[in-house]
Amino acid sequence: MTLLVDVLSWACFVAGGFFCIVGAAGMLRMPDVYTRMHAASVIETLGAGLMLAGMMLQAGLTLVTVKLAVIALLVMFASPTASHALARAAMVRGVEPLLDRGEGASKP
Amino acid sequence: MLKSASLAFFLFVFWLLMSGIYEPFLMGAGLGSSLFVVWIARRMELVDAEGHPAHLGPAALTYWPWLVKEIVLSALAVTRIILDPKLPISPTLVRFRPRQTTTVGLVTHANSITLTPGTISLEVAPGEFLVHALTREGAQAVTDSEMDRRVERFEAGR
Repeated sequence: MTLLVDVLSWACFVAGGFFCIVGAAGMLRMPDVYTRMHAASVIETLGAGLMLAGMMLQAGLTLVTVKLAVIALLVMFASPTASHALARAAMVRGVEPLLDRGEGASKP
Repeated sequence: MLKSASLAFFLFVFWLLMSGIYEPFLMGAGLGSSLFVVWIARRMELVDAEGHPAHLGPAALTYWPWLVKEIVLSALAVTRIILDPKLPISPTLVRFRPRQTTTVGLVTHANSITLTPGTISLEVAPGEFLVHALTREGAQAVTDSEMDRRVERFEAGR
């Protein structure tokens, strides 16, 4: 039973780490501030979420798991608010988003 | 008054879960702190349907799991785009009219859009959202979406 929980939690850690790396790679590859934020949101959703799930499996049915769940809830409320504020600030300062105009032009 | 009592209850339960030490002194301090915070919140006129939306609790139990499923699906889609050597993005702005009428409903919809990877809400006003999407398909999917209908049901408490 402990082995199964360990395997599951490590699977969560490895998958979470993978999505963090993918998000970081996306932030480097994307062309402008808005598209980079899309890549960053992979980190704060699947990356952080799977890491927290792995930690909850390690903690078991304890108060630590409750605290981790509260952290997950906080991230789910705070990160979109911060992302929206950042995107809006860029918009207000006049950062024009790169937009796809032509047909089939996939790389703006 | 009912809302104040419910807020005090939730604050005290939060204290108990975060503290984990159940001595009379600490529990009394928690109760005192909860009541003090409720008193401040009442003075600031924050204890209303917007500041303490406890009536949405049951609706959240059906909306949040669906939202988590959507987040996972779109995160995988964005992952596939990032790992694609050609980087097949087509950034698109889209303006549309959300169905929600209450502040809580509009904020929930806008936050849900931002939380799902691939879409970010840029401007949020009653009756008008401006959304930046990573792909053209993603932009088409946010107008008149299932999320829109689900948040409309959620803000009604169903």
